[in-house]
Amino acid sequence: MTVTESKPSYKYVGTRPVRHDGLEKVTGRARFAADLNMSGQLHGIVVRSPHAHARIVSIDTSDAEAMDGVKAVITGDDFPAVDPSHRQYDMCINVIARDKVLYEGHAVAAVAASTRDQAQAAAAAVKVEYEVLPAVLTIDQAMAPGAPLLHAHMMTAGANPPAEEPSNISNVTRFSGGELDAGFAEADLVIEREFTTQPVHQGYIEPHACVADTGQDGHTTIWCSSQGHFNVRSSTATLLGWENSRIRVIPAEIGGGFGGKTTIYLEPLAVALSAKAGRPVKMVMTRDEVFRATGPAPGTKLRIKLGVKSDGDLVAGDAYLIYTNGAYAGPGGLLGAMTVFESYKIPNFEIEALDVVINTARSAAYRAPAAPLTAYAMETMLDEIAEELGIDPIDFRIQNAVTEGDPSTMGFPFARIGFVECLEAVRDHPNYKAPLGPNQGRGVAAGYWFNIGESSSATVNLNEDGTATVVTGSPDIGGSRASMALMAAEELGIDVYDIRPVVGDTEAVGFTDVTEGSRATFATGMAVVEACRRMVVELRGRAAKMMGVDVDDIDWMDGQAVYTGSDGEKAPLSVAEITAKAKRTGGPLTATGSLEAHGAGPGFAVHLCDLEVDPETGVVRVVRYTASQDAGTAIHPSYVEGQIQGGVAQGVGWALNEEYIYDSDGVMENPSFLDYRVPVASDLPMIDAIIVEVPNPAHPYGVRGVGETGIVPPIPAVANAIYDATGCRIRDLPMSPIRVLDAITSNGGSNGS
Amino acid sequence: MGYDLMLSAMRYASPTTVAEAVDLLGSDPAARVYAGATDLIPQIRAGRPEPTVMVDLKRIDRLCAIGSNGSTYTVGAAAPTADICGHDGLAADFPGLVEASGLIGSDQIQSRSSWGGNLANASPAADTPPSLIVNDARAVIAGPGGERTVAAADVATGPGQTSLGPGEIIVEFELDQPPARTADAYLRLIPRTEMDIAVVGAAARITLDGDGNVAAAAIALGAVAPTVVRVPDAEAALIGNLPSGEVLGAVEAAAAAATNPIDDKRGTVAYRRQVAGVLARRAVSIAAERAAQQGDQS
Repeated sequence: MTVTESKPSYKYVGTRPVRHDGLEKVTGRARFAADLNMSGQLHGIVVRSPHAHARIVSIDTSDAEAMDGVKAVITGDDFPAVDPSHRQYDMCINVIARDKVLYEGHAVAAVAASTRDQAQAAAAAVKVEYEVLPAVLTIDQAMAPGAPLLHAHMMTAGANPPAEEPSNISNVTRFSGGELDAGFAEADLVIEREFTTQPVHQGYIEPHACVADTGQDGHTTIWCSSQGHFNVRSSTATLLGWENSRIRVIPAEIGGGFGGKTTIYLEPLAVALSAKAGRPVKMVMTRDEVFRATGPAPGTKLRIKLGVKSDGDLVAGDAYLIYTNGAYAGPGGLLGAMTVFESYKIPNFEIEALDVVINTARSAAYRAPAAPLTAYAMETMLDEIAEELGIDPIDFRIQNAVTEGDPSTMGFPFARIGFVECLEAVRDHPNYKAPLGPNQGRGVAAGYWFNIGESSSATVNLNEDGTATVVTGSPDIGGSRASMALMAAEELGIDVYDIRPVVGDTEAVGFTDVTEGSRATFATGMAVVEACRRMVVELRGRAAKMMGVDVDDIDWMDGQAVYTGSDGEKAPLSVAEITAKAKRTGGPLTATGSLEAHGAGPGFAVHLCDLEVDPETGVVRVVRYTASQDAGTAIHPSYVEGQIQGGVAQGVGWALNEEYIYDSDGVMENPSFLDYRVPVASDLPMIDAIIVEVPNPAHPYGVRGVGETGIVPPIPAVANAIYDATGCRIRDLPMSPIRVLDAITSNGGSNGS
Repeated sequence: MGYDLMLSAMRYASPTTVAEAVDLLGSDPAARVYAGATDLIPQIRAGRPEPTVMVDLKRIDRLCAIGSNGSTYTVGAAAPTADICGHDGLAADFPGLVEASGLIGSDQIQSRSSWGGNLANASPAADTPPSLIVNDARAVIAGPGGERTVAAADVATGPGQTSLGPGEIIVEFELDQPPARTADAYLRLIPRTEMDIAVVGAAARITLDGDGNVAAAAIALGAVAPTVVRVPDAEAALIGNLPSGEVLGAVEAAAAAATNPIDDKRGTVAYRRQVAGVLARRAVSIAAERAAQQGDQS
């Protein structure tokens, strides 16, 4: 279902061709990072810390180096020293520990050998002497007076007055507007609630993997799966102390990222091993390593106070947000502060957000980082207020929703946005009034993500036969190649299947930022459109030459150069006809677009979750799910729906079962998909996706990124539905059967014996 | 940390007779048998010592056969649960046991997993042992001293521990045709809908008399103690009574009381105890309903 404002009619944009990379993937031919093997390659294995917090006293690699098949062993000493003031200090000491290990699974050394078995045996023979330090595993432990410090140098950034002593609080972020006390004084109803959430993993199916081949000339080539190969290049260069130009990164197909592949783990180790051994080195993480050592999303403690007038107008909001980003300073708190009150008109507010370090793996981005958690708190509180005031929860949100011109938390006014339209789409959907069965409940919740622009490059090459190749620098993690082809088809007037969209390596296309912030179809799409428009100018010029007329008398219409001058009739020229004569009219036809994209339109989503709770076991089953989201313009509606459905699936898993479980020493107890429970297909119904289209004025086709917003509303939608079914408000994640049954039992529900 | 399967030093053997398999095991204490290897390979990946020889039992016809002489079914210890689930006779006579068999892993795992492996792996959370036990299944065991037959309930003795002696393997299971108006049921609690390990499992088998009262009852619980737990108090509460109302309440209370669970990453003591009672009660209800339907049909 699509709800659309009036928009231009397009020939290709908005259609649903089979994705260009689809057949290769469903037939198993697509090559992911671990599929590449090189002649003479070695296998690299990482030696990881068994302790959550320890000082490295010594590392003895001599036994390992003497073992059969071992060609290279490296430690932190093989990399340039890095100072805490370095911009990427955290990333550098995360990829390989220097004097301290900060979490269980932290890399301390790496081994390359002829076979993986030999490398594993040698890794086990690397002798690391640790001085075990007390581990800090929770926010409360980290903030307690006298807590062990993870980083002796860490002075809280943003503290006012400035911090005088180091602590485990890395950052403080504050935003405010209006007069908080006056706002609460005006309120007829004030509620304050606290929430806790646990770290969760992105759960991509493909583990991190790479092959690095370093030549005698000091240049290296890396094949890897990532969300941004230019970032792999620069980060690897930083760790090695090399110039970027010595590194070429060739992107493999990517088996899921969700934000977790916006950083690096293995590549510098593989390059260093390869340089030392003089051979290509392949490294592939196990699932266990992925869980222990790669990016979870932050855990939190959140406290929010809201004031509302009896007529339903929100008047005051006070948020105190604590995020833990694992063992390093992180952006969680900042992003929480940027999202917590953003969707609603709250004239008086204060937000204070802290980032706290603990001895767990370093957080990485995960779809709309931080926002699902602030939404969990806000949207369940709004549900409570709406019920208290006797207002329909969607009408209550419409009354308070931000619209064009309203100021954001940080003061800038919103451009045209589609929040109200998303709310109306769900309110008017038949599922909003569908009957519920026994023990079933319904919850509604909204979500917001700001989306970003950043740098993108694209090259369009016309082939001799009139087809086109579109090269961009954006790894395709959600169907973006199909979107690039559709926009290019629309611009050039070439059939979408005559366009080959490819992701170029770091030496084949201009610099392009990471695929993050739902930016690929928005920003890289703009670069493609820019390149295509330049190409059309070129095509018109070539056609003018071929016809012997003035270029100003050539229009580009439906894939053809059409003469519009008054000098009689001239047959239109197709792309194929122009490219066939390219040698005589000026040579190969190629055009590029490179830009810094601005105006990424914020994404809004509204979800409706119907679920059933077994009151005797606490098991929750989602029975119906309806999700609206503003896509601006859906370039390929199937992949917009896929993004919405994928966000829902991950959000439902986050709500119900996903969490890291550590023992008292900080050792992860559930590093497998058996005990780290992402939803399986049978856990979810078919998700009804409603695409709302309120075009983004900053994009030539009106695109808003859609990759992230869909994960924001599910947690509160599920929580509100559980409340509707059971009368229990659950303010701690995950809402597992144990927790739900406990809530029902404490609430005097059935089977309270 | 070693995470991966290191197959380099291991050997593979595929005997085609029980005697050959027993000989192989007797000659090498570090040999390990496997049927589907759906437990063994993850265990080795998780760092369990590698066996010297992996002895594949799937090539022994007797271990994969499913048959009946009219009064007793004989099911090979390595018969794939996919075959068991597709067997009309077993599905009609032991619906709960067949349901339990169908809950193991995924479709792919089903083509490998077996009752013998599920029982001999001796995981307290295994899905089929409670159902084998309420149906009085017997395990035929072969070893250096010949064959012996024991109650399936006597095979597992603790987590990862069995009563199997050196060189012994389970060859097949015997299941007597159930009496009239008899049916079983199995329920398990997992947070997801599939691909998970039981937090609690409950099997029940009920025989009704002509008046609808319970003539015989067997209840067994999984994942709530080191081995499968029978619940004699619940069974006693049912005998001679209609399986409803207060009697079911007594079943629930007795089942909860019979548990001896642990706190771990998959569940808490309090949760497992409470849910064991609930599932036992529900399993009894379902089994009784099925038994009553059989009565209606006959």
